[in-house]
This record gives sequence, C-alpha cells and structure tokens, in this order.
Amino acid sequence: MKKDYFVLALGNLKHRGIRSWLTILGVFIGIAAVVALITLGNGLRDAVTGQFSSLSADKLVILNAETGMGPPGSTAITKLNEHDIEVINKVKGIEEIVPRLIRITKIEFNKETEFSYSVNLPEDKNKVEVFWGALNNIKTESGRLLKTEDRNKIVLGFGVAKNLFDKEIEAGDNVLINGKNFEVAGALEKSGSIQTNHLIIMNEKDMKELMNIGDEWDMIVVQVSDSKYTETVAEKIKEELRKDRKEDIGKEDFSVQTPLQSISGVNVILDIVNLIVAGIAAISLIIGGMGIANTMYTSVLERTKEIGIMKSIGAKNKEILYIFIIESGLLGLIGGIIGAVLGIGLAFGISGIVNLAFGSEILKVTLEYHLILGSIAFAFVIGLLSGLMPSFQASKLKPVDALRK
Amino acid sequence: METNNVIELKNVAKYYEMGDDTVRALDDVNIEIKRGDFVAIMGPSGSGKSTSMNLIGSLDLATKGNIYLDGHDIEYLEESELAQIRGKKIGFIFQQFNLIPNLTAKENVMLPMLFQEKDGAEREIRAEELLKLVELEGRMNHYPNQLSGGQQQRVAIARALANDPEVILADEPTGNLDTHTGEVVMKFLNKLNEEGKTIIIVTHNPELAKEHAKTIYSVRDGKIESVEKRVNGKWIKHR
Repeated sequence: MKKDYFVLALGNLKHRGIRSWLTILGVFIGIAAVVALITLGNGLRDAVTGQFSSLSADKLVILNAETGMGPPGSTAITKLNEHDIEVINKVKGIEEIVPRLIRITKIEFNKETEFSYSVNLPEDKNKVEVFWGALNNIKTESGRLLKTEDRNKIVLGFGVAKNLFDKEIEAGDNVLINGKNFEVAGALEKSGSIQTNHLIIMNEKDMKELMNIGDEWDMIVVQVSDSKYTETVAEKIKEELRKDRKEDIGKEDFSVQTPLQSISGVNVILDIVNLIVAGIAAISLIIGGMGIANTMYTSVLERTKEIGIMKSIGAKNKEILYIFIIESGLLGLIGGIIGAVLGIGLAFGISGIVNLAFGSEILKVTLEYHLILGSIAFAFVIGLLSGLMPSFQASKLKPVDALRK
Repeated sequence: METNNVIELKNVAKYYEMGDDTVRALDDVNIEIKRGDFVAIMGPSGSGKSTSMNLIGSLDLATKGNIYLDGHDIEYLEESELAQIRGKKIGFIFQQFNLIPNLTAKENVMLPMLFQEKDGAEREIRAEELLKLVELEGRMNHYPNQLSGGQQQRVAIARALANDPEVILADEPTGNLDTHTGEVVMKFLNKLNEEGKTIIIVTHNPELAKEHAKTIYSVRDGKIESVEKRVNGKWIKHR
C-alpha cells in the first residue's frame, strides 16, 4: 500500500512538471550556495595554513634583531656569523645547522628587469637535504634541480619562470642576476606557497661571490634531532647566545623562533579564518534552509483544495500526510543532489579563476564527502519538514474549509 | 439505531461567526434521507442549501443538533473513522468537478479505492469498468485539463461510484454544463437511482428538481420551507 502512495507522489511530481522544477530550483540554489561557500571557505583556510606550513615542528630559526621590512634577517644591523654557528653547535640535540642567505635580487630577461628573492643552496650534502626538506621536497617542472657542484646555474620558482616576465623562462635560457650571466638549470613546479614560487636558488659560493658576502648569514635554521625537545633546544640556544653576547634575559638582540611561537600568531589568524568560514556556512545554511522551506511551503499551501478533495473522497489525515511527505522529501532530495553537484562545480570554477589570477595553486578546493552528504540530507530533512507543516495544517482542516481554498 | 434512513439531520443548526455578528446559515433543520430515494435540496443562493449539503456529506460539523450517517452520530466518530465511512458510503459530485489535476481520468477514479485500501489490480479493473459506464473508455489516460466540462463531470461520476457507495451527493451537478450535457449527466443519476442508489442533488433550479427528484426539500433563510413528495406523478406537500 505504501508503494502506491510512492507511485502516486511520483506521478504528481512528474505531471506538475515546471512547478516541480521551480520548487527543486528553490532547493538547489540554497544547497549550491551552501556547498560552494563551505568548500571555498575550507579551501581558504587551507590556503592560509599552507602559507605558514613551511615551518615544521622540528626546525628552529635564529634571527638577529631587525630594523625593517625585507626578507627575514636581511635587514639586521649586525649579521649572524660563523662564530654564532659555533656557539649554537655547543647545544645538544641538534642534528643539523643550516645557515641561510635571503636577498632581494635583480633579475633581467628578455630586456625586462624584475626583482625577486635569491636563496643559497648549502654545500654540505646533509644541509642540502634539510634545505629541500624545508621546501617539501619540491620537484622541477622542467629541467633539473640544482646540484652542489653546479656553477653559474640557477633554479627558478614557478612564478619567476612563468609569470614574472612577458616571455616564459625555460630550462637552458640565460638570465642576468645582479648583472651577471646565469644559466637556468630548471624551474620548480607550482607550489601552494607564494614564497616558494618566487625563489631564485643558487649555489652558496656563487651567491657569496656575486653579492660580495663575507662572514655573515641572514638566518640560521636548526634541525632538531627529536621534535619532542624543540622547545628545550631553543631555550639552550638562547642561553648559549646570551652568555656569548653577555646579554640579560629579555634584552636579547636576537630571537630564536620555535614553530610554536610563530604558529601561535598564526593560530589567531587561523581562528579568525575558521570563524569567518563557520559564519559563512551558518549564514548560507540559514538562507538555503529558508529558501527551501519557503518554496516547499507555498507549493503545498496552493494545493490545500486538493487536500480537501482527497478528504471528501475518503482520505484519512495519515494518508494525505504520506503523499505530501513523499513528495516534499523527494523534491528536497533531488534538489539537494543537483545543488551539491552545482555547488562543487561552482567552488572548483571559482578556485580555478583565483589560481589563474595568482598564477599559483594557492586556493585548493577538495571534495568533502561529509559536506556533500550532509547538505543533501539537510535539503531532504528541511524539504520534508517544510512540506509536512502546511500539509499537516491542511489535513486538520474540515474538508469543507479545505475545499474552499 | 434501527432506521431506514441513510442520512439524518436532527434539529441541526449551523452558525458562522462574522466579526461580532452570528450568521445563522441553518436553524433547526430536520432532513431524513431514505434509502433509494432521489432527493433534491432546493433553494436560492444564500438560502443555506450549500451548508446543508456540506453537513449531509459530513464535510462540515453542525453547531447544534445531531447528524447520523448510516446510524452513526458523526460527532462521536474519530476523524479517520469518519473519513473511512464517508469514502465508503458517499460519492461526491461537485459543481466544479474537483478532479485532481495531476492525475489522469483513470487515476482519479482509482483514488477513492486506494483510500479504502483496495489492491492495485482491483482498482484498475473497477476504474476501467466505471469509465466505460460513463462512456469515456477512450479518455482513460487523459488529464482533467484535456477533457471537456461534460467529460470531467462524467469522470467525477465514475469517481463517485468507485467504492459502490449507497449515496451519491451532487452539488449543482449541471451548474457548469450546457443544457444538453446537463441532461446526459442527470440521466446517469436517474439510471443509478433506478439501480437502487440513493441520490441527493443540491440545486437552485426548480424545474430540474421537479423533473428528476422524488422528494424535494425547499430551503429558505436557513429553514426548511416545505417538503414535497411525488406520489403517482403528483407532488404532495408533507410539511
């Protein structure tokens, strides 16, 4: 008998044609908005997190006090030097110390001049491993990675190679770095980090020669042997450097940044982003839900007379409710599925445009099954309830009153 | 309750509240519908005839008095019991036809049987028979908006007959039809009456009532003005 009501409801939907589709439209616009906004919101959060993720939990960064804006360490009054490395090396629990140079560099290609960041590829094999590790072991898109024995060769970030100049730079091309000729060995693949996409990687010796750099480093990265002790090692390094420089606690002219420290600032940003994403989700759920409720409510309300007819030919309230629950549930479900598909399409489309505009894969969106299933279930339940309410009211009317509508 | 009356209205009143006023649509009305009778409830518009039709068909509840449907006082019936009995005992024919627009002629005729929980095959066979009876065998899968007024009213008649009810209750059945089509519809009702069904029509048209009915209740200003019965072709006033 239940099957008969199902068939009846389905036939009703089919014959109502455009009215059914209009109701479904009302449902799927809401759901598409919910799915698209939440998917994009999650992508946004991941993009923000991604920008900070290059600092992993087992690395420390030592910087001298700085004066202003620029690449980290490059504006320090007194630079870090080999002596500092020796001091740091006294601390136990350190696996590797990788001193880094980061400098703004002039780069000329195809008669255009631009600026980007140069960084040094260390000479020691173990340090090289840490270096690439910090870049998430990125691969090249064309050409090859830089080797320690390369001379006058560079590897470019994706953005520098593809977008910085009118003409794309390819492996084998020659460019001028601070006026000196370098051969491009390779270009890195697209990264989620804007910084990585703007890198010019060259060998330490080349960089020191080119920029006339003596005994100085912009920052020192310390790889800790066990990430459990990162904080302890950081404290020890601070202690040794303070002792060496004869400075009091709180008056240091250097800083040791632990991932926790730098991430606590990030966490505030992430919390805000998370709150905004949750707010977007809540608003879109409310608007979507209200849209569904509204369309469903009107579509049932305008059929009050039909309910009166059914009552006068012997339908019990229960049976009227069956028919309308099945109908509005189906409308909600179909609308939910179409809306979810559309919303995903929308999210991917928008992220595609954003990525195209930035020239890097900065806003990555992913299919989230619980979001998709959840929003379809949401459409189904809201559809059901908002169809149930007016049909319940109508079925409670005396047949004569329902017929009069 | 041992009675020969299918439907009985005893001292029934129906009041409507209109703002501060109380409109007395019906006051102290007594109607007895005997099995096999052909009753016309007649009166001008506003007389209360539509209200009495709604009460007779148990589509509405009385303010005062008792309404008996097949011996049951409908006031004491559960909503679902009343729907069940109504669906089984009374077949409705409305002036506006009141077919469900999203269902075909056949599906419309099958619907009352669904509510009586008859199974699918039985519903289909019966619906086809009934549509043949009203000479619509070629229109079974048409939707109401693909049918003329007369055809729709015949579908409505077939639907009213679906559960083989004792009573057919028709509200101005010819009101929306031209004279000829109206005649056809009335002939069907006469035929059904000859086969033993109780027919009740509500009309404003004295000629229609006099031509077809056996008992005429004249309603005026919410009261029964007269009851006439046809005996051997002559109308005899009872009240």
